[in-house]
Amino acid sequence: MDDIAKGAVEAALAAGATYADARVMEIRTEAMSARNGITDALDREERAGVGVRALIGSSWGFYSVPDVGSKAARRAGEQAAAVARASTLVGGKDLGLAPEKPVTGHWESDCREDPWSVSLADKGDLLEGLTRTMLDHGADLAEASHHIWDTRKWLVSSEGTSVDQHIVETGALIQATAVGEGETQRRSYPGVRGQYGTRGWELVRELDLPGNAARIAEEARALLTADHCPSLDATDLILGSEQMALQIHESVGHATELDRILGWEAAFAGTSWLELGKLGSLRFGSELMNVTADATLPGALGSFGYDDEGTPAHPVDIVKDGIWVGTLSGRDSAALAGIERSGGAVRADGFDRIPMVRMTNIGLLPGKDSLESMIGATDDGILMDTNRSWSIDDKRLNFQFGCEIGWEIKNGKRGRMLKNPTYTAISPRFWGSLDMLGNRDEWTFWGTPNCGKGQPQQIGHTGHPSVPARFRGIRVGVRG
Amino acid sequence: MTTTERSVDVVQAPDAGSARALELADHVVSLVRVRAGDAEVEVTVRQGSDALTRFATSFIHQNVASEINHVLIRVAVDDGRNASTSVDGPADDETLGRAIDGVLEAARVRPPDPDWPGVASRAGAPVVGHWDEATAASTPDDRAARVRAFVDAAGGLETAGFCSTNVVRLAFANSAGQRLAGRGTAAILDGIARTPTADGSGRQGSVRLGDLDGAVVGGRAAGKARDASNPTDLEPGRYEVVLEPDCVANILSFLLVAGFNGKAVEEGRSFAQVGEAQFDGSIVLREDVTDPDTIGIPFDIEGTPKQPLDLVRDGITSALLHTRRTAKAAKTFSTGHAVEGGSSWGALGANLVVEPGRKSTDELVAGVERGVLVTDFWYTRILDPKTQVVTGLTRNGVWLIEDGKVVRPVTNCGSRSRS
Repeated sequence: MDDIAKGAVEAALAAGATYADARVMEIRTEAMSARNGITDALDREERAGVGVRALIGSSWGFYSVPDVGSKAARRAGEQAAAVARASTLVGGKDLGLAPEKPVTGHWESDCREDPWSVSLADKGDLLEGLTRTMLDHGADLAEASHHIWDTRKWLVSSEGTSVDQHIVETGALIQATAVGEGETQRRSYPGVRGQYGTRGWELVRELDLPGNAARIAEEARALLTADHCPSLDATDLILGSEQMALQIHESVGHATELDRILGWEAAFAGTSWLELGKLGSLRFGSELMNVTADATLPGALGSFGYDDEGTPAHPVDIVKDGIWVGTLSGRDSAALAGIERSGGAVRADGFDRIPMVRMTNIGLLPGKDSLESMIGATDDGILMDTNRSWSIDDKRLNFQFGCEIGWEIKNGKRGRMLKNPTYTAISPRFWGSLDMLGNRDEWTFWGTPNCGKGQPQQIGHTGHPSVPARFRGIRVGVRG
Repeated sequence: MTTTERSVDVVQAPDAGSARALELADHVVSLVRVRAGDAEVEVTVRQGSDALTRFATSFIHQNVASEINHVLIRVAVDDGRNASTSVDGPADDETLGRAIDGVLEAARVRPPDPDWPGVASRAGAPVVGHWDEATAASTPDDRAARVRAFVDAAGGLETAGFCSTNVVRLAFANSAGQRLAGRGTAAILDGIARTPTADGSGRQGSVRLGDLDGAVVGGRAAGKARDASNPTDLEPGRYEVVLEPDCVANILSFLLVAGFNGKAVEEGRSFAQVGEAQFDGSIVLREDVTDPDTIGIPFDIEGTPKQPLDLVRDGITSALLHTRRTAKAAKTFSTGHAVEGGSSWGALGANLVVEPGRKSTDELVAGVERGVLVTDFWYTRILDPKTQVVTGLTRNGVWLIEDGKVVRPVTNCGSRSRS
């Protein structure tokens, strides 16, 4: 496949590109879902093709073909340059690339139990059994699913980089919905999107789905008769680690994407409230807040060996002791922003999409507390977990998030269950109120398999190491 | 339910490209039947290209194009045991054969499916005119020219957005002899202009790239940005709102996915009750692929022709959207709204038409004592599909209305609405 990619790069250079890279990709996926005791979908997918990126002046041109033949690859290279050249009608300053030493190498994710080796019958039995358990424990609608992505890719650049990777991602989800009079309540496990990682079927086994199916069904049913989350202008808010993953993703991950900060996503995904001139000095949160972007974390969903322009994975500090110190970047955005080295955060979701800045594993480093110690230290507050809705403005500043379930905290104890819990805040004030953070034993590498960004839209796989956390003086229970 | 009377011969492909796609679909059906003579099989072939020219900080920074060759195969063997697979890439016999062997194996190990609805029988699809030869043949230069006009019309304001074209030829064949072929084009110009304190948006969409006027769209975005500049905060509370068309489309998407979806109704997750007055009496919603202002192909991935439907007529919920599976459960007919990957969540409309009323936006504003005029919603998410409570934020221009007049721009704010 190297030769196919090399041919595409040569063709792009011959057609006038000043830089080019080509990715040959082969992707296999499997998605199975069961509903109310019956497997209702089994979908498999095979995708193969070549995507070529060519730089001329201020613009990337990109062209892909659903073909891995050398002739088609060369055509893609020529067309990528032609597309880039058309951009000169509305051109800007020439785009540079932050220097990166060319590399050759191979990387593959750790996979202890090949997910393709588990029979479809066993997978179906597992999912159907889980839904039956949830039905037996109060769910009106019981759903279970697993997903496997198996990606092989070969990258060649005009600077001499030549790397190939084999990444297997696996995960699963169960959800129980209870239908009441004029409302529905849902509980999900392990999270609203499930749990996924760059791992094999062992991840699914470790989730202990059978041990949690009855509980979430009973919780969904109980939520129908639970009290509403009270409307309070300020209270202590404890978030479980799953909701914290969403909180990090939306308000830290997207906000620190350098392409957004530079305005490249202004019309769609949006910009950022962060200004480059304040990098290194702006207080993002309390001193407990330490966030890294680290694609080297074993098994996390945002892990890889090289990003899609060949930068080796390496950890990047994003927030250190509460100060904003880093961004998610690629070679082009880093060069434009005057940042010395790419953060290695450029990826595409397939051969037919242009690589762009995507989150890797953006996560909080753990603290010294625990969920139980936070509850014990809270006189009057609310605990929420498992994301249900997420609305945040296009600068990633003002947000309103809802969770599946909440509990009242009174005098250091978990009290009554609360339904429809929501909270709202302004990001730096919110993170500035962080005063307790879960410890390393509670550190979970949550995987988000559905992060949308870009035009045409791409679905990114991101990781979010997180722990439970407590925030002071937060507005909750917003109702229209 | 209304049905169209405009049908064509099911095997007539509109052009040579569509005929080749149909030929491939037929070939895949035969490859399956050679391996499993009693299998039911559906094959959808989608071929074409997507191209999108993206601009930001007033220059083109990403410019992309992709060729598409997608083959979707669903098989059902003994007692409805079914599975599906798709191939994006070379459609040679080796690749297709491997995919077919895999999907047959997958189907055979599944338990019997008593709800399997079988494959569609022969039926013609509505005739639509959603194709433009010039758009199909358009070049990156054609898209760049519209971006140039947009940027120039913004009068020096920073701009961002995209101009895209999509060309698709879709063919369907199944083991019951149903064969359909169609084609469509689409073009969109969508962008914002930015002042230091506000953004404004403009957009146009059409079957024809030639309909898109960069100067008009860019001028509209710039005008909105200037009018929305220097906004001040609005105190939280409940407000009457005048929603511009894109806001309404945003909210309606939740009604389509979680409301009029036959599967959501079957599972008790939807508010929709056919025959009940659930909307204002002035509301008429149609799902209609034949409407000349829409885009798309007039049949779905199960080979069912898309039936034009009144979903809401004079405020009364009138119909639901169905796939073959949800239709069987509801003891009715599929409306032709099955989509790829949608077996878990049901039918999805793609051509929702809101019948216009009698008042312009200005007249709506004139009737508001104190309220808010909103250009766009952003990041809207549904809290509960049954109550249709949606949270979101505003974007690209928000203004306070007092005594029937727009009095000042306000900062973007969070919203919580119930459809």
